[in-house]
Amino acid sequence: MAKFQSLKEAVAENLREGDTVAFEGFTHLIPHAAAHEVIRQGIRDLTVIRMTPDIVYDQMIGMGLVKKVIFSYAGNPGVGLLRRMRDAIENAWPRAIETVEHSHAAMANAYEAGAAGLPCAVFRGYRGAGLKEVNPAIKSIVCPFTGEELAAVPAHRPDVAVIHAQKASRRGDVLVEGIIGVQKEAVLAAKRSVVTVEEIVEDFDDLHPNLCVLPHWTVTSIAQVPGGAHPSYTHGYYDRDNAAYLEWDKISADRDLFTAWMKENVLDQGPEVFAQRVKGLQA
Amino acid sequence: MTSLSDFTPNEMMTIAAARALSNDDVCFVGIGAPSAACNVARLTHAPDITLIYESGTIGTAPNVLPLSIGDGELCETAVTTVSVPEMFRYWLQGGRISIGFLGAAQLDRFGNINTTVIGDYHKPKVRLPGGGGAPEIASSCKEVFITMKQATRGMVDKIDFYTSFGHGDGGNHRERLGITTKGPTLLITDLAIWKPDPETKEFTVVSMHRGVTRDMVQETCGWTVRFSERLEETPPPTDLELTTLRELQARTEKAHGGKKGT
Repeated sequence: MAKFQSLKEAVAENLREGDTVAFEGFTHLIPHAAAHEVIRQGIRDLTVIRMTPDIVYDQMIGMGLVKKVIFSYAGNPGVGLLRRMRDAIENAWPRAIETVEHSHAAMANAYEAGAAGLPCAVFRGYRGAGLKEVNPAIKSIVCPFTGEELAAVPAHRPDVAVIHAQKASRRGDVLVEGIIGVQKEAVLAAKRSVVTVEEIVEDFDDLHPNLCVLPHWTVTSIAQVPGGAHPSYTHGYYDRDNAAYLEWDKISADRDLFTAWMKENVLDQGPEVFAQRVKGLQA
Repeated sequence: MTSLSDFTPNEMMTIAAARALSNDDVCFVGIGAPSAACNVARLTHAPDITLIYESGTIGTAPNVLPLSIGDGELCETAVTTVSVPEMFRYWLQGGRISIGFLGAAQLDRFGNINTTVIGDYHKPKVRLPGGGGAPEIASSCKEVFITMKQATRGMVDKIDFYTSFGHGDGGNHRERLGITTKGPTLLITDLAIWKPDPETKEFTVVSMHRGVTRDMVQETCGWTVRFSERLEETPPPTDLELTTLRELQARTEKAHGGKKGT
C-alpha cells in the first residue's frame, strides 16, 4: 500500500547502505530530486542499476556512494561521456567502482524477468559481441524445442526502484506517460519503490483505460516533488533543460568544480528547489 | 549540378546516407549523423519512411533533430510509443526493422564496431559510453548502415573491443555464428561510399565524393584501402537536399538554444 511521505522520509525508510537500487527513466522522467536526497543522506556502498546511467549516477559516483554499476550505456545523452564515472573507472577517484556491463536489450529483458518473478531472461542477443567475453553474468542457453542457442542474463531484482512520474491519485495509484522506458518493470521487479510525482490528483477516473498505471498496492512510497525530474523532463509539464546537460559536461570535467557544485546545488539544498528550476521550461 | 556548391564533407556524408534510405524502410535511428540522414530522407524522397528510436517511439516525425534518443518531440510526433522492453523484444528482436544505423568510435575493414573502450577492457585507456542498443541492432536488423568521419584513429586495422559484430573475420563468419541477417552493407564516410566485397566482406570504396582523391581516402584510413574497379563519383548534393538539411539544422539549433542536435 503506497504511503505518502516527504522525500526525506521516503528515502530514509526505503534505502539502506549496501542496497541494490535502480533509478530508472529513459531520458524522460529521470528521478533527479530523489537521487539528490540519497546523496544528502549519504547512503553508501550502493550497487546501482540503470540502462543509461547519466547525470544522477555521475553525481552519486563522484560523491563516492557507489561500489558497483550495472549498466548498458554510460553517457551524458546528446552531449558526450560521463566524466565522473570515467574518473572512477580510469583513476579510482574518489573510489574504485566495479562495473557490470550489458546491452540495452539485456537490461530491458532482465527487468522484465525480474517483474515476472523469473530467475533469468532469455533473448536472442550478444551474437559475435565482446561483452560476453568480459561479463561472466552473460551465459547461453539452448532452446529445448528448436536447439537455437540464446543469451541468458540474471533477472534484475533490486532492493529499491526509484522513479519519477506525472501523477498519483489520492489512493496512491501512479500514472506514467510519454516515453515510459522501463520504469514499470523496474518497480515491479523491486522489493520496495519510491516514486516522486509532479502532482497528486483526486482520482484517475477521467483517464484513458490503456495508460501506464502502477496500482497503489505495487508502490511503497510516494513523495510529491514538482520539477523532480529536472534537468530531464516530464511530458506534459516541462521540457528538457538541454543547457543544464551541456553545463554538466564542464562541471563534471573538474574534480574541484564538481565538489563545489554538489555542495552548493545538492548538499545545501532541499527538494523544494526543483519547482523553481523548471520555471521557464513549461511544456 | 548544384548552385550551392560550397557543401561540407559532413553535409555530403549525411546526404549520401539519406539517399540510401527508401520509403519502405523501417529504420532504427541513432543520434548524430544517422538521425540527420534519416530525417533528411523523410523530408525529401522518403516521406513515408518509418523512423524508430530506441526510447520506444515508433513512426516518429520530429520537426527538429532530437538531442537525445528520448526527446519529448519524438513521442509527440510518433504513431505510438512503447516501453523499452517491448521495443527490444517485439520490434528489434522480432525482426521488424529493416535498417539499423550505427556510428563507431573504432571500425575495422569488416564492419566490426567498437564504442566500448580504447585499450584493455579491464584497464581502459579511454572508457567510452558502451554499446547501448548496438550489439543487437547489429544482429537483428535486416541490414546495417554505418556512418563515420574518416580518421586513422577511428578506421583501424584491429578494433580494441567488439561492441557489435559486423562480418567478423570476413567471409561467412556471420553464418557460422548462426546470425541470419545481412550485417553491414554500407559504410558512408565524409569522403566516400564503401560496400562489402561479396566474397571477402571487406569494405571496398565504390564511390568517392567530389574533390576527394584516393590518397585522401588512404591517408585517413588505418588499413590498406581497396577501391572498386568501377569507382564512381558521388553526385553532389542537390539544392533540395542541401536546403532541407540546412533548414533542419537551423530549426534544431534554434530549438535547442544554440546547441545542434547532430
